[in-house]
Amino acid sequence: MVEYVWPDKKDVSVLGGRHDKVDGAAKCTGTAKYSYDINPDKVLIARVLGCPLAHSKLKSLDLGPAENVKGVVAARAMKNVGDEIQWQGDPVAVVVGQTEGAVAEGLAAIKADYEALDVFVDDENVEAAESAGRAEKAGGKVQLAKEPKGDDPDFEEKEIERLFREAAAVVEGRYGIQAITHMCLEPHGSTCDWKDGKLTAHLSTQNVSGTAGQFASPLKITADDVTVHCDYIGGGFGSKFAVDRWDSMAATLSKELGRPVKLMLDRDLELKNAGSRPSGFVDVKVGANSEGVITIWDSHHWTAGGFGGGGVNQSVVPYVIVPPNYRRRVTNVKINAAPARAWRAPNHPQGCALSQTAIDDVAAKLGMNSYDVFLRNLANVADKDRAAVYAEEMKIAEGLMDWKSKWHPHGKGPKNGSIVSGLGMAIHTWGGGGHPSSCLVKIHPDGGVEAFLASQDLGTGTRTVIAVVLAETLGLPVGAIKVNIGNSKYPTSGPSGGSTTVGGVSESSRRTGLDALAKLFEKVGQKLGVASDALVAKNGRIADKNNPQKSLSWNDACSLLGMTPLEVQGRGAPGRNSKLSGSGVAGVQMAEVDVDRETGVVKMKKMVAVQDMGLVVNRKTAESQIYGALVMGIAYALFEERIMDRKSGAFLNAEIADYRLPRLGDIGQLVVEIYEPDSERARGVVGLGEPPVISPGAAISNAVANALGVRVPILPMTPKRVLDTLKTRSA
Amino acid sequence: MNKPEQRAHGKQGFSRRAFLKGSGAAAATAITGAQGLAAEEQATSVVSGMTTITLTVNGKPQKVEVEPRTTLLEALRYGLNLTGAKPISVDGSSGGSTVFVGGKPASANTVLAIECVGKPIQTAESLEGDPVPAAFVDHDASQCGFCTPGFVMAVKAFVTKHPKATEAEIRQGLNGNLCRCGTYAEIIPAVLDVLKGAGNG
Repeated sequence: MVEYVWPDKKDVSVLGGRHDKVDGAAKCTGTAKYSYDINPDKVLIARVLGCPLAHSKLKSLDLGPAENVKGVVAARAMKNVGDEIQWQGDPVAVVVGQTEGAVAEGLAAIKADYEALDVFVDDENVEAAESAGRAEKAGGKVQLAKEPKGDDPDFEEKEIERLFREAAAVVEGRYGIQAITHMCLEPHGSTCDWKDGKLTAHLSTQNVSGTAGQFASPLKITADDVTVHCDYIGGGFGSKFAVDRWDSMAATLSKELGRPVKLMLDRDLELKNAGSRPSGFVDVKVGANSEGVITIWDSHHWTAGGFGGGGVNQSVVPYVIVPPNYRRRVTNVKINAAPARAWRAPNHPQGCALSQTAIDDVAAKLGMNSYDVFLRNLANVADKDRAAVYAEEMKIAEGLMDWKSKWHPHGKGPKNGSIVSGLGMAIHTWGGGGHPSSCLVKIHPDGGVEAFLASQDLGTGTRTVIAVVLAETLGLPVGAIKVNIGNSKYPTSGPSGGSTTVGGVSESSRRTGLDALAKLFEKVGQKLGVASDALVAKNGRIADKNNPQKSLSWNDACSLLGMTPLEVQGRGAPGRNSKLSGSGVAGVQMAEVDVDRETGVVKMKKMVAVQDMGLVVNRKTAESQIYGALVMGIAYALFEERIMDRKSGAFLNAEIADYRLPRLGDIGQLVVEIYEPDSERARGVVGLGEPPVISPGAAISNAVANALGVRVPILPMTPKRVLDTLKTRSA
Repeated sequence: MNKPEQRAHGKQGFSRRAFLKGSGAAAATAITGAQGLAAEEQATSVVSGMTTITLTVNGKPQKVEVEPRTTLLEALRYGLNLTGAKPISVDGSSGGSTVFVGGKPASANTVLAIECVGKPIQTAESLEGDPVPAAFVDHDASQCGFCTPGFVMAVKAFVTKHPKATEAEIRQGLNGNLCRCGTYAEIIPAVLDVLKGAGNG
């Protein structure tokens, strides 16, 4: 009976070590092929025409002039005359041609007329949304510790009023966080190749296993005739789970024209169509006792997830620290923008930014050290199992930041000319349980080992994780394992979203590796005259653990397989009973900033992230996930936002030169510490991608508030917003 | 089109000004098949549509079919299947298409292919075994990797030009490249390692 567990810490060879990505060199020298890079013979290029207006109606569409352009092969409509269009950039037509130049000329030649309709994009202004009929109540929850006596209909109001009356400190604020786009550097799209009734789709996707069927139905074939292929994906961040309309169009065109068709979105259409994170704004009133512990929370937040509504869920406000008494309400605002898509840790970064800024304002009001206020509020952490972990992580972060010696009360720090500095912190949580995943392991008679999974690598190092797990399991070096992912014909693995991949593929590859090894041990046991359960695989040998002299090299052991490779397929079994993977993490971050009161520029000095993640498989790539998350957090805290013209609904900054993101010189010093005591290791693998991107918004906002003594209410804290705040609320 | 002042610009193959003037009617002045000839001897002709030029990429002269409007990036990616340089921005503001033209870094999507006739072109694919990508791998300075070849080329240019750069100078001097996954914190020590000559380790 095989026991599916990880080896003890003292027995590991490669698990948890620092390993280079197995595909690192291919990525760094440009030989890694992304969907955008696949050029089948005679490939045609297709590009999309986006609607130049936001809310509008297509009045006429003439593709003839495009089709007359030399080098254009075909032009097709993606909207019908009379269709209502809800956002700028919505695909109206597609042009296919021999070269980029011909296609660009073809797109410019299309004659289209639109009727402009009323536009609403002012998501910051809930009152305006209400009067424009764009606001919709989206639920809420009231929780009060005290039970009502009798059936007093006014109990809720009275009780909340009482709690505020009795609070030692009450703070009120309007905070917000603007919408951002995914800005995948490889835009959405695919290269579709129809041949003999079958489709090969080189799709830029986070969902290799789940997209074949989506391609099949519009082509009137079944999923078995579709192969989705994606060796490398140039960024997804939650926006690349589905086959989009333009992907289906590429497949249809390939079928119709009998040639491969590559359709990738242009940069501006990528930003306008292919993914944004909902904005969130809140009116919040918080009461706390004299220790700074929140006793009552009353909030109304509104959120815009584009056209079609949706947005920041009610469950994340208040965030992590959930006081015994709270009332929360949500309003969804419908704006003329493309529907939002999942963005790394959906809901959480906004929930954290809207909630933990208020907690820090309590500290400011009481003149307390923010650290102490957060620490005391850990009593109300929603996940009681994690409360102690937060406290431990806070202690570590405090040391790494040197918080104690740097701390000053809000707005009372020393001034260096016009520069003031400040400290802020925030805490977060995430699930990150592994997804269902299957794995096929082949052990060849000559000793070669291959693994096959229809998984994908978003940049987290999926191939390397699988190689490390199988290397540890089979007692081989990491480089000896050939990992094959990115093809939908391999055994099914889940989509990469919600930090589920590393848990999922570690589960399936560990279990399958152990199953395969057990089969190999049977042959080796017979040969050596040893019970197979007394064998261990380590350092390239299979040996009797009681008598290490009795052993075979890996290659000699594999030669016992005869003529055919040993093939074993297995499936992960994440969940409560698994000892290989778990779910649920904490995480603490601290930020230190310099703010120039004259220019409004916020400069990152230092960020500290302390993160638990259960058992670490590859320390090097795990740390990279945290570093990257900090940079993405700095991005939405200080730089990036989707800017829309209120009158026309035009997306004003949908090019890289206009959409500000941090560059190498903007990040300050980043310090990453993985919290992995034995108690964490015992939980198995827990996903890491999402959690560290959650806290930066609140932590950096709190640091700016600590520096200035006033809250810059809206993220990103651009120089203009800082200066506007200083003008209207003098410290 | 054969005025002497325009010819003077075309010493190394093709004159951008001549192209711009001639491009009004979707035609351009280009020197075809001129590889290795002295500028004065080259025949200048007006071309439109597809034409074959020779580009010297990573030390190897290769024929590639281009239109006068074809960018170097398109010629590399579609004509030569060298896809390390990436189409990320329309204007070079991401640095993702960084290659060397005539030994200097350039955004391949802002340079016309025919401008590059006669100039050595170097792409990230030529850096196999080079200390820069080795240091990137060592520090895990790539995630999705889409920006990475362009970043590697930018770093290669930076360390060549500033062999004694400090960390502060690295933070100041490498802001032309955009990484969405946020690998900057690993790129900084990778560059320091290259400068210390430790990138091969």
